[in-house]
Amino acid sequence: MLIELFTDYTLRNVALGSALLGIVSGALGCFAVLRRQGLLGDALAHAALPGICIAFLLTGSKAPLVLLVGAALAGWLAALLLITAVREIGISEDSALGIVLSTFFGFGIVLLTFINRRGDASQAGLDKFLFGQAATLVTEDVQTMALLGGAALLLVAALYKELKLLAFDAEFAASLGFPARGLSVLLTSLIVIAVVIGLQTVGVVLMAAMLVGPAVAARQWTNRLGVMVILAAAFGAASGVSGALISVSDKNIPTGPVIILSLTAIVLASLFFAPARGLAWDAIRRRQQRANMGIESLGH
Amino acid sequence: MSSEMVILLTGALVAIACALPGAFLILRRMAMMVDAISHAILPGLVAGYFLARGPDLLAGFAGAVLAAVLTVSLVEALQNTGRVGGESAIGIVFPAMFALGTFVVSKYFANVHLDADAILYGNIEFAAFDLLYINGVSFGPQSLWVMGSLCLINLLFIGLLYKELKLATFDPGLAAALGFSPALLHYALMTVVSITTVGAFTAVGAILVVALFVVPAATAWLLTDRLPRMILLAVLIGALSAVSGYAVAIALDASVAGSMAAMTGVFFGLAFLFAPQRGLAARARRLQRQRVEFAVQTLLVHLLNHEQSTEQKAESAISHLNSELRWSNRFARHITGVAQRAGLLKQTGDQLALTSQGRAKGEQRSEPYA
Repeated sequence: MLIELFTDYTLRNVALGSALLGIVSGALGCFAVLRRQGLLGDALAHAALPGICIAFLLTGSKAPLVLLVGAALAGWLAALLLITAVREIGISEDSALGIVLSTFFGFGIVLLTFINRRGDASQAGLDKFLFGQAATLVTEDVQTMALLGGAALLLVAALYKELKLLAFDAEFAASLGFPARGLSVLLTSLIVIAVVIGLQTVGVVLMAAMLVGPAVAARQWTNRLGVMVILAAAFGAASGVSGALISVSDKNIPTGPVIILSLTAIVLASLFFAPARGLAWDAIRRRQQRANMGIESLGH
Repeated sequence: MSSEMVILLTGALVAIACALPGAFLILRRMAMMVDAISHAILPGLVAGYFLARGPDLLAGFAGAVLAAVLTVSLVEALQNTGRVGGESAIGIVFPAMFALGTFVVSKYFANVHLDADAILYGNIEFAAFDLLYINGVSFGPQSLWVMGSLCLINLLFIGLLYKELKLATFDPGLAAALGFSPALLHYALMTVVSITTVGAFTAVGAILVVALFVVPAATAWLLTDRLPRMILLAVLIGALSAVSGYAVAIALDASVAGSMAAMTGVFFGLAFLFAPQRGLAARARRLQRQRVEFAVQTLLVHLLNHEQSTEQKAESAISHLNSELRWSNRFARHITGVAQRAGLLKQTGDQLALTSQGRAKGEQRSEPYA
């Protein structure tokens, strides 16, 4: 199996693509989760669907870059609407997310079914963005993902200090003269990129977990942001690769769900058994305390 | 009943059933919890299918409602550990449940009724062909019975517990102090949402049901401040979205459920821009009016400060406002024009002078700073 990873064309692409997705969404997810915007990725992923369809309708091309640019533009528009709705109109963030997510997706479904029922066989295949289909990744896709993801990660590295400040204390950042609003827009744009990379692999619906899961798991193991980002990228990559390997072995297993299930296993293990913050140790500690209390009260 | 009529009625009933509790969901900030529930019922439906060895209405319902309650409890349990924020808890629980559901469906039921697209956007198109049989006698389309009952249940729930829900939504502390348990009401509301979601799931799928719960209610929120009016408006907008969505779907030969959700978005967009109080346009108008009012006040106070002083002539020149208040010439002309029309100042050549009315208004405003 491991040797095939380097020789088998499909397997290599799938594993590479999923690993890339895991690294990028893991690293960026940390900032989203720390800013309590864990579900932003969910909304943006759903919102990307009409962008993909419109890009296809306009160009007639299914080249990954064309579709992904469409997805990114739609995601961006959605983010803009979200921010306007929350900031200018005063809708709660939660409602705004639900509204953007469901209406953009509804519009996307209209376009998708419209395209499918036009009946041209060459037009099928946009459906793969719903659940993701890592098995269809070709070298061109992986290259596109590497390009976009690499650019996003470079930006994070270059602006690490600023993003860190934004994640922990946006008001302090603004008071120091950092362009907090601009940075926040940048971070949202980077999340759009992560989402766009994930669409083809895990699909629209499960993208939320790819941003939230690795970050939550990584947070359990460390109190340092730098370590957290690297750990999250590693967790993301691990779940991506293991999910891809499991699903390639069986045609009936879609990649996206398996990646998410591997990720969930990592999250649960981290929640319960991470050294300092593990819930299991909490429970044991509480039990010991209760026992000690019992002994002490016996002594009196 | 024709097939079109069944689809249209089903759509309208789904929209109404969802819009009824929608207002409370918006006010309680539970939109994303509904999103989580609508995804997470999938493994429950699958389990019901598996246990009943085939599509079975009651087994599916039971499994899905259990899954929904499990989801809500899991999200809250995760939040209560203090390790995970609320929105992250949702982002972990529902994808896991949904992934489990799709995994089982594609691995073990690759050829059956529960296909992947139907999960996401339902198949209301076939509503007319899925008939309700009791002891072998057909009672017409099942979707109408299911959604009709759900409308009735939701209407009864809101009608009977209106006062309690309102209180628990706006002031949970007071509700608890008066002896209504907010937690109990919360779980009751979640149960109602869950069974509605399950009923709506086959018609409109996991994601579009969120649109029907959340968007009409949010649109209504933009239009009114009164809860009863908000609920009524939400129901009307929901039904209107269903009917117009159906028309759009026919015209484009596209998904009916998708069009219904898209239409809720269109109505929301209209209210977002043009709602009388909360819309973007009204807000922009209000801001503009406040800006002019403030500028007029500033000008009055400025002129008042320099009245009868040696520099009065220089300070009250319209061309001076440019450097004094950093106004552009155009803005200065606009403001002095407004002030003159209101009878607050007089302009002779380049010189501005307060009228008695303008002086009174300026004095009244400069007081707090004196």
